[in-house]
Amino acid sequence: MSMLSIRGVGKHFGGLQVLQDVNIEVPGGAIFALIGPNGAGKTTVFNLVTGLLRPSSGSISFQGQDLAGIAPHRITRLGIARTFQNIRLFPDMTLLQNVMVGRHHLTSYNGVAALFALPSFREAERRSRERALELLSWVKLDHKAEATADNLSYGEQRKLEFARALATEPKLLLLDEPVAGMNSSEKAVLMEEIRNIRDRGYGVFLIEHDMRFVMNLCDRVAVLNFGRIIAEGAPEEIRNSPEVIEAYLGRGDEAEVLP
Amino acid sequence: MEAFADFWATYSTLIFTVGIHALLALSLWLTLSCGLLSLANAAFMGIGAYTAALLTLHLHWPFPMVLVAGALAPAAVALVIGAPTLRLSGVYLAMATLAFGEVTRILVLNLEITGGPEGLNGIPLLTTWWHILLILAAAGFALARLRRSRMGRAFEAIREDEVAARMMGIDVEGHKLAAFTLGAILAGLAGALNAHSTFFISPREYGFENAVDILTMTILGGISSLIGPVLGATILTLLPELLRFLHAYRLAVNGLILIGVVLFLPTGLWDSRRLRQLVGAWRTRREGKP
Repeated sequence: MSMLSIRGVGKHFGGLQVLQDVNIEVPGGAIFALIGPNGAGKTTVFNLVTGLLRPSSGSISFQGQDLAGIAPHRITRLGIARTFQNIRLFPDMTLLQNVMVGRHHLTSYNGVAALFALPSFREAERRSRERALELLSWVKLDHKAEATADNLSYGEQRKLEFARALATEPKLLLLDEPVAGMNSSEKAVLMEEIRNIRDRGYGVFLIEHDMRFVMNLCDRVAVLNFGRIIAEGAPEEIRNSPEVIEAYLGRGDEAEVLP
Repeated sequence: MEAFADFWATYSTLIFTVGIHALLALSLWLTLSCGLLSLANAAFMGIGAYTAALLTLHLHWPFPMVLVAGALAPAAVALVIGAPTLRLSGVYLAMATLAFGEVTRILVLNLEITGGPEGLNGIPLLTTWWHILLILAAAGFALARLRRSRMGRAFEAIREDEVAARMMGIDVEGHKLAAFTLGAILAGLAGALNAHSTFFISPREYGFENAVDILTMTILGGISSLIGPVLGATILTLLPELLRFLHAYRLAVNGLILIGVVLFLPTGLWDSRRLRQLVGAWRTRREGKP
């Protein structure tokens, strides 16, 4: 049974058709990749799933619940978290605060308790802080918990974004080009982190350009080209599909070089 | 003792004004802490002032209840106008709230109950120094606690990246409305206190210039902590008095000082991060020298 179902989804911006009849079934507890050349519409799929955009046609459901008309922050609370292609942290906040923001809806106390630091406030804040530190330790950033996010290196920023997304306690984690701009050793580290996340029981749905990265990491792959899904299957099937080779791999360097 | 009595007789009005301006600057700090550039706080102050003054003059309510009403009336207005206007961001929000301020001013100018352009006269002087001090301290305490709560973190997250905050499960619209409304409560309180310390209020006191004054105080002081707005309010209230010896040129010099601060200290006078760095640098230099 799939966790996230995207059925017959189309999206157009004015006259520009970005997605056409896209069908994707993302399973739980596995790593699923959506690949495709630049401008194929991959990030648009993520924006539709997280509610930042509304589909022009078709439907998206998560664990059997239709997501149409549900506000983005409610979709997050249902159990979908994401990271961004162009990292979006809270730069002036500390790492700890960044992650604790993700625990917003899981930390509850009333205004009076917050005003006078009553036990219910202190307890909820303590639990939130402990979980945030635990998540930071998962990505090996706990030693920098009190530093501000703008002091981190690029790779560290990506990892902080992971921890922050996990803080919302998602069932499905959406990663938008998690290894973009990284060198091969950083990529290896991150690949390990993503495997760890899956092994902890999370579903992972990622967008990627880097073919080798995808083939080594993913359990299942779908290929998007010009707004349509042209292939879906296990990594070996995709690697050998003539359509995919023509549309994606066959284009060689230029598809890889463009940002 | 006599010297103090003389001092108080001369400067009590000024000290009252510093306190009320500090409260206003804190009200705008709250709105800005959620990333909202609002120019409505002068109008909220006016609504609070008129509500409070009318309740005292016509219904003879006790002063504490008048203060509560003066805080709640602008909050109710903020809830109503917040829903449509807070969809806007940046300068567009500034323009919409500015328009709201003008509408409020013109309404007050033309209504009969508010006394039109002549304003309201003979408001009893019920505000004492400890009212202002108490409310300012309570507001400072509440805001300091708010910063350390989930709501304060959510405000900061929204200010830094609205989309990311949304993706963290934060109800962005709800929090913006809360920041806007809580700011209106503080501004309304400042208005109610102001009305009962000046004997007379008129629509001119709550217009565009005042909205800009509040913004200038807050930005001048810096919004990285609660000290900044209070410092900015104090300086901007005292500066014209201190420059009195310049006579006709004092407003010009006042303006030049402001330009200087904005040019050379763009994050405001009190930037906690910069101060920490300065203290850190000073310590390492001192320890470096044997």
